[in-house]
Parts: sequence; C-alpha cells; structure tokens
Amino acid sequence: MADKDIIICRCEDITREKILECIAEGYQTIDEIKRVTRAGMGPCQGRTCRLLIAQELSRAYGVPMEEVLMSTFRPPTKPVTMGTLADAWLEEYEGEAAVSGRAIDGKEGGNGE
Amino acid sequence: MIREVEVMVIGGGPAGLCAAQAAASAGAHVLLCERDGVPGGQLVKQTHKFFGSERQYAGDRGIFIGQRLVQEVRENPNIELLTDATVLGMYEDGVVTVLKDDRHLKFRPKKTIVSTGAAEKFLSFPNNDLPGIYGAGAVQTLMNVGGVKPADRVVMVGAGNIGLIVSYQMLQAGVDVVSVVEAAPNIGGFLVHAAKLRRAGVPIRTGWTVKEAYGEGKLEGVILCQLDEKWQQIPGTELDVPCDTLCLAVGLTPLAELCWQAGCHMEFIRELSGHVPVTDENLMTSVEGIYAAGDVSGIEEASSAMVEGRLAGYAVAVSLGYDTENSQKEVDAARKELSELRSGPMGGKIRAGLAKVAEKRGEAVC
Repeated sequence: MADKDIIICRCEDITREKILECIAEGYQTIDEIKRVTRAGMGPCQGRTCRLLIAQELSRAYGVPMEEVLMSTFRPPTKPVTMGTLADAWLEEYEGEAAVSGRAIDGKEGGNGE
Repeated sequence: MIREVEVMVIGGGPAGLCAAQAAASAGAHVLLCERDGVPGGQLVKQTHKFFGSERQYAGDRGIFIGQRLVQEVRENPNIELLTDATVLGMYEDGVVTVLKDDRHLKFRPKKTIVSTGAAEKFLSFPNNDLPGIYGAGAVQTLMNVGGVKPADRVVMVGAGNIGLIVSYQMLQAGVDVVSVVEAAPNIGGFLVHAAKLRRAGVPIRTGWTVKEAYGEGKLEGVILCQLDEKWQQIPGTELDVPCDTLCLAVGLTPLAELCWQAGCHMEFIRELSGHVPVTDENLMTSVEGIYAAGDVSGIEEASSAMVEGRLAGYAVAVSLGYDTENSQKEVDAARKELSELRSGPMGGKIRAGLAKVAEKRGEAVC
C-alpha cells in the first residue's frame, strides 16, 4: 500500500507513512505522535485524525481501541485570534470602554488570523 | 466578567433544542449556544421522513421537525438563544468560555447539558485527499441546504442510513450513483431505504471497500476491491470505477471534546461508536451538574436524541426544584419512550453499548 499517499491528518498534511515511522521509532501514544509531527494540531484539532491514529496504534501494538490512551483535550476547541483573547483580557481588567476603542484599532491593524 | 447562568445547553441540534425547551418549560432559565448561524443541527438538511412514534414526530420530514423545535425555542421567553456561538472550553472551576462575534465570553452555569452531536469518521486509503472526496454530511449540505448538484457520477462508501439516504437524494437531484460500497457483510441501514436504491438499479456491494482513489489534480475514479471475513482485501478482485465524486458515509463518532475537558469519566464503547461520557439514568456525567444528551453520549437516531434531550432537560429542572412533580413524570415518560425506541432488533447494538456504560458506572462507584 502506498502509505505516503494516504493522508491521516488533513490539517497538517501528515501521511500514514509518517505515523508508521513514528511507531517504528517507538512512540506509543497519540500525544507523543502529535508532539513530533503536529498531527492533530491544525484547525480541526484532531477531530479527523485522532481515531485514525488510535487505530494505527491499536493495530501496531496489538491493544484494543478501548485501551489506546487518548490525547489530552484542552480549550479552545477551535483556533481563536490573539486579538480576541487580548480584548477579553482588557475587558476584564480595564472595563468595556477600553475594548470598544481597542476593537476598532485592532481591525484597522488586522488582528492576524 | 463572568455571567451567571442557570442552565446552559451546548449545541442546538435535536437533542439541545429539546433539552432547552424541556428545562425552560418547567421554569428554568436557559442559555442555548449554537455554533452555526442557524439552529437545528443535522435536521436542517434532512428532507426524508422520520420513523418512530407520534411523540417523536414520525412521518414528518426532519427539516420540518427542526423548524418546529426552533420555533418553540424562539417563542419561549425562558430561553436565550445564541447563534454563531462556539463553546471553546469547559474549565474545572465551572467556567464555560464561548466565542461569539469575535468576542471571548465567560459564563458560569449552575447546570450544563452537553449536546454537541457527532463528527464524521474518515477513511485511510491512497490519494484520500483528492478534491472530489467528500463526507456525506458535506454532500447533503451542498445539495439540500445550498441547492447545489454535488456531483455527476458518484460512488458512495457506506450502506448505513446516512449512506443510503444521501445516495437516494443524489439520485433525486439527478446525480448518477454508480455504486454503494459497504465493508460489512450486510447493509447497516433500514432496508426500506436500501430497497429504494435497488429499485432504481443502484448496486449495493457488501463486503467491498475502496482500495485507492486516482486522478490528476482531482478525483477521476476509484479502485474497489472485495474483503474477506477478516476484513482483508482479496487480491484479484479489483474493480476500476470512473467517477468524479467519492462520498464517505463510514459512520459518526461522538463529538465529546468538551466532556473530556470538563474531566468527565470517559470510556471507549464500540457499540456507541467511540468515546462517550459515562452517564447515569438522568444522563448526568460523572461531573456533578454536567449532563450529556444525543449523539455525544452514543451514536443513535435523531428520534432518540430528541427524547434524550427532553430527559436531560427535565432532569435538570428536577435538580433545580422547578415543577418537580410534573418534571419527574416527564423524565419517567422519556425513559419509557427511549426503551421503546431501542426495543427492536435495530436497537440491539445500542442496548449492548448502554449496558457497558452501566457496567463502567458501577465499577467507578465501587
């Protein structure tokens, strides 16, 4: 099978070949593979690849899916701009007025996606 | 600035709409957060008629059921509906963060009902990133919401209800459905849907899979092949099928990331199609005050998602002391409806999955 042509993580363009290489090197968990390849760190936050990687680990190490260690789930569930977080901080500590002024500046300067 | 909220419902699909309506009609104040601009979840594109009993609107089309639920929610003064509002995080101190109009909002709900639904599963085969390869949900959205003919010549992977229904709707839209392919030895969906396709001359190949896709820059065809009883590809059975679209309907998995974040006890239950929060008979998770209803607690039909939503909504009302006698009656009635919905042969898998959940709950208590 042409593993280099099978995409496991669509967001970060990680192939099955790459995942199997990681397993061959001894990586055992989804989080380890995430840290070395970025699989699961894109816009969808692993919604597509997490189960596929778990299946590869299950197969390679001969453990049932029930026992494959899941990755850690942290907020946010989707990418948020730094500008949005900065506005939230300002609003909390300097009041809403600071934010309304800031939001206009932010838009002109471009918050940067 | 953290806003105190009595009940927060996350996700405005069939489960969330019914949960919000139930809790609010008992007297609780509900904030309903929906990620999309339009509430209704998958119901907004379901043009087919539903099964079940009268209480679950059997015989009506999904889209009309959704519209009715949304209207009830909009008319209920106890419900505040936030659309285009994505819940970003559930924290240990009970704070829930929401992204709404580029603003990062914080809430502290007394009770939370997670009804975030499911995500589509993906399949690994060579060239699975070619343009023209879609999830069935996207194809259905293009067709039934956008009014766009999604393909000229399509191969559908998966003969569960979604694969069968979307295939038939594509036929209705004038798409040439070349074949439906199913890895399992049997058709998974209702035979009434499969029969419609067969009558229209569409072959349903059980025990087959996609070996690989091919095309220059876009999908031009797929190589199908047969599977043996151990799910291994059988050499020499390859079949080259030219097509411009490959539609994947290979199942859904619970979208439970918020339950993970909140620290709920999670278990992988294959009959429920993935990791689910372990819930009690009121659909409360292992975290006090956090409930889970609908596909997030196990993949099932929209009919049962609606009843689960109602159950969780009234259970929350009871726990908050709203109209307790009647709310408890509604909880009991919903439980009875669920066991009726799951009583047939199609409910066997769900019953097995829920039995495992009950077992895990017992283990955790001991």
